[in-house]
Amino acid sequence: MAATLVSLPALPERWAAEKDFKSVGKLTKDSATQRTIEPVGPHFLAHARRARHKRTFSEDDRIQAQERAKKVEEDNDSEISEPEDPMMLQREAKDWKGQDHYKVLGLSKYRYKATEDQIKRAHRKKVLKHHPDKKAAAGRTEDDNFFKCIQKATEVLLDPVKRRQFDSVDSEADVEPPTKKQLVKGNFYKLWGSVFKAEARFSKTKPVPLFGDNKSTKEEVENFYNFFYNFDSWRSFEYLDEDVPDDNENRDQKRHMERKNTNARKKKKAEDNARLRKLLDDCSAADERIKRFRQEANAAKNKKRLEKEAAEKKAAEDAAAKKEADEKAAKEAEEKAKVDREANKKAKEAAKNAVKKNKRVLRGSVKDANYFVTGDAPASTIEAVLGDIDLVQAKIDPDEIAALSAKLTGLKVADEIKGVWTDEVKRLVGAGKLKGDEIKALKS
Amino acid sequence: MSETKPQKPGPAPGDRAAIGITFGNSNSSIAVTVDDKAEVVANEDGDRQIPTILSYIDGEEYYGQQAKAFLVRNPKNTIAYFRDFLGKDFKSIDPTHNHASVHPQDVDGTVAFTVKDKAGEDDEPSTLPVSEVSTRYIRRLVTAASEYLGKKVTSAVITVPTNFTDKQKAALVAAANAADLEVLQLISEPVAAVLAYDARPEAEIKDKIVVVAELGGTRSDVAVVASRGGLYTILATAHDYEFAGAALDKILIDHFAKEFMKRHPGADPRENARSLAKLKLESEATKKALSIGNNASFSIESLSEGIDFASTINRLRYETIARNVLEGFNRLVESVVKKAGLDVLDVDEVILSGGTSHTPRIATNLGSIFPSSTTILAPATILTAINPSELLARGAALQASLIQEYEAEDIDQSIHAAVTTVPHITNAIGVVSVSESGDEVFVPVVLPDTAVPARRTVYVAAPKAGGDVLVKIAEGNTHIKVTKPEPKQAAKPNGNSKAAKVEDADDSDADESDFSEDEEDEEEKREKVWNIGATLAEAAIRGVKKGGKVEVTINVGADLGVTITTREVGAKGGVRGVL
Repeated sequence: MAATLVSLPALPERWAAEKDFKSVGKLTKDSATQRTIEPVGPHFLAHARRARHKRTFSEDDRIQAQERAKKVEEDNDSEISEPEDPMMLQREAKDWKGQDHYKVLGLSKYRYKATEDQIKRAHRKKVLKHHPDKKAAAGRTEDDNFFKCIQKATEVLLDPVKRRQFDSVDSEADVEPPTKKQLVKGNFYKLWGSVFKAEARFSKTKPVPLFGDNKSTKEEVENFYNFFYNFDSWRSFEYLDEDVPDDNENRDQKRHMERKNTNARKKKKAEDNARLRKLLDDCSAADERIKRFRQEANAAKNKKRLEKEAAEKKAAEDAAAKKEADEKAAKEAEEKAKVDREANKKAKEAAKNAVKKNKRVLRGSVKDANYFVTGDAPASTIEAVLGDIDLVQAKIDPDEIAALSAKLTGLKVADEIKGVWTDEVKRLVGAGKLKGDEIKALKS
Repeated sequence: MSETKPQKPGPAPGDRAAIGITFGNSNSSIAVTVDDKAEVVANEDGDRQIPTILSYIDGEEYYGQQAKAFLVRNPKNTIAYFRDFLGKDFKSIDPTHNHASVHPQDVDGTVAFTVKDKAGEDDEPSTLPVSEVSTRYIRRLVTAASEYLGKKVTSAVITVPTNFTDKQKAALVAAANAADLEVLQLISEPVAAVLAYDARPEAEIKDKIVVVAELGGTRSDVAVVASRGGLYTILATAHDYEFAGAALDKILIDHFAKEFMKRHPGADPRENARSLAKLKLESEATKKALSIGNNASFSIESLSEGIDFASTINRLRYETIARNVLEGFNRLVESVVKKAGLDVLDVDEVILSGGTSHTPRIATNLGSIFPSSTTILAPATILTAINPSELLARGAALQASLIQEYEAEDIDQSIHAAVTTVPHITNAIGVVSVSESGDEVFVPVVLPDTAVPARRTVYVAAPKAGGDVLVKIAEGNTHIKVTKPEPKQAAKPNGNSKAAKVEDADDSDADESDFSEDEEDEEEKREKVWNIGATLAEAAIRGVKKGGKVEVTINVGADLGVTITTREVGAKGGVRGVL
């Protein structure tokens, strides 16, 4: 809609409102739909910022503007934002070896991380501020000591070789290993991590593995310790050399000093290596991760051993169980045999008794039948009958005896008894078990 | 998303190296942001669109274009088109496109692929769940990006289709985490495309309705996005699995297969798996060539039974045989606009994204359904258009660069529903003005579907003579006015004489009428007209200078409270009122 085509209407006459504003309508809930905006893009970030901090548009604009403005200021000023220590300003330029070059240039928060560009810019800023001519203008002549300090610092820091020598002995960049008291609070990984981050600056090989945290894998942790136990450091200690006299007069003295310096460097280097080693020993001794990995490894090893033992134990138990089962089976078999034997015996006895009883029945039957004669039976008849009965009994087996006795029991009439007996004898004769002439009394 | 991801803690914001990843079903891309400019990175093969394919030969893993070539020779160990299976059950996946590669398998309801990924002759083929396949693929993407950047990539923003479920998102985040990649955020694909366009330095942030047509290899997704002061709201989406690049390939495959059979009667090359794979590869190449030139050649060595085949096709022929599919895209786009409750006249921009968008015909077809005021952002219609294949990755990379300095927790909180779900006003809020002919005209200030809180400012001219003016704030909405052609008589619809004082909606169109006067328009003329609705407030600005302008700022609060500030431009003070 082109604003050029249309214009606002003129105010009708007699239109009046308090403060020239008249509220007529209102937006209601009906005039809005809940929708989801896509969380994407710079304008959403602004929206999220406003929503989360409950800012209005104008507040947010103002805060953002302030933040932006501050940033520009910081960019200009960041390198020399550090306050200058008045003691430092009093430094003698002669004593340049003792000075902290980074601090002189106001770069103490960057130190070995400071880029060449930062150093140059910092130098320029300091020069502008401390140039002796400016001081002369302020009435302080001959005060170029700190300016010389600045020049020296820049000279050292812009020369890669000299800078390395200085960085090697820059104790300000060291991070002291945490004390036990600090570690009690629990941020073990953070504290040691920063120690080794500082140590890492001396490494010839990059990148240097990070200390990690309690979630690091075994591999990462091993990698870290291996790296630091085999640390390849460029640290050197020339910077701490004693001054070698520069005159040609005393050559021996000079050589002596040089030798002394070389030895001192070697010694310091060895000490430094030992220091790092101790640091690592201390750290690894307290490192929970290593303990955990060891426990895990042990657990794995133990697992194997335990499994083996368990297998052996199981085999032994199985064998014992088998033996026991065998013994039990044998015992049972034996007992069974015994029971069987006894049962046999009993059965036999019972059979014998039965036979005896039956035989009594047989004998009783002929007695009941009065030996098949009327009146008193003569002894010879009795003997003949009983002889026959014995003969029959001897010829037949217990079952037949039982059958016979069953037939005879209950019979009282002599003829019937005799009939049974003669039938039996006949049967036996017929079966060939008995010869007819053997029987005396019981023939029909 | 924030509630579905049990993400492991990522690196600190300072140590992050973040990229944008588009993990597509057919192709993927990686992009980095250098100096606020997003750039799509080529992998070691030199590809910017990296086919989402993994192939295993003798235990060696290939991905991207190399793996794609193996679809012909080694389809049994080549996994393709697996992105859409991520986080899905086996019963809900569509394995159509995997016909010519490893087929997905049902493993306890989840999707897996069986390939021989080890070198040894006797090694058993391994069954990889789709999450593992994704992890391996993402790892390759990350490696490629790391090599380009020279440092290890730790974090990424990944684009996902709008219909990705929380489960799928969680699966994608898990797969990325398994590849040692922190997922800063998952952003939806259409919004990534809009962001890529809006982040161009020359782009100005306007309130507009954008249709993002994302035409991919295996699926097409269309979304209507309301862009209001740089805040994006998706109004409607549609997803289509028929009209996509693969359908165009199919047409070329059929075309050339028939031509081949005409010349060499005999076996149909489509019957043989290897011949079909060759046809598919070459058809895709031919399709791409036809997007650039008017003619393209098609040649395959030993297509079938050892016979070489070579042919050409021109664009016209291609567009004729592919007409059905090409017009399908039109219907798809139209349906989404309708679904959003809008008219094509409401659409200010159409962004074509995805590989299939290179096809010139699709862009010109879309141009014909939208009015001339709608910008179709496609290479065929606008020379400065961004490569549609790179849009998503660029958007993701831009988002990555925006949020990489925030803590993960901060990001989570910011994308929480409490922050993202806000009321959107239904009706426009605007200033009632008069046109030169004296009709009341609605000047919209805050458009419909604007997320609140919102603040908009408009400058309206005061009457030429100056003096006291009335600033009347009202709600308004649009309707589509259809004017039947009036044969012979080129008269303007002369309703304006009586309209001066009447707040009748239909009259406010008069200001547009002088456009149509001389046009010999055979078709009926459709235009968008603002209706003036309920009045919200009135304010008076007194003593405006001659030719002065009045600034009206409307601020709609999150509670739908409206603050109106109005003053003459250049003057102090002004009138301020709260509803």
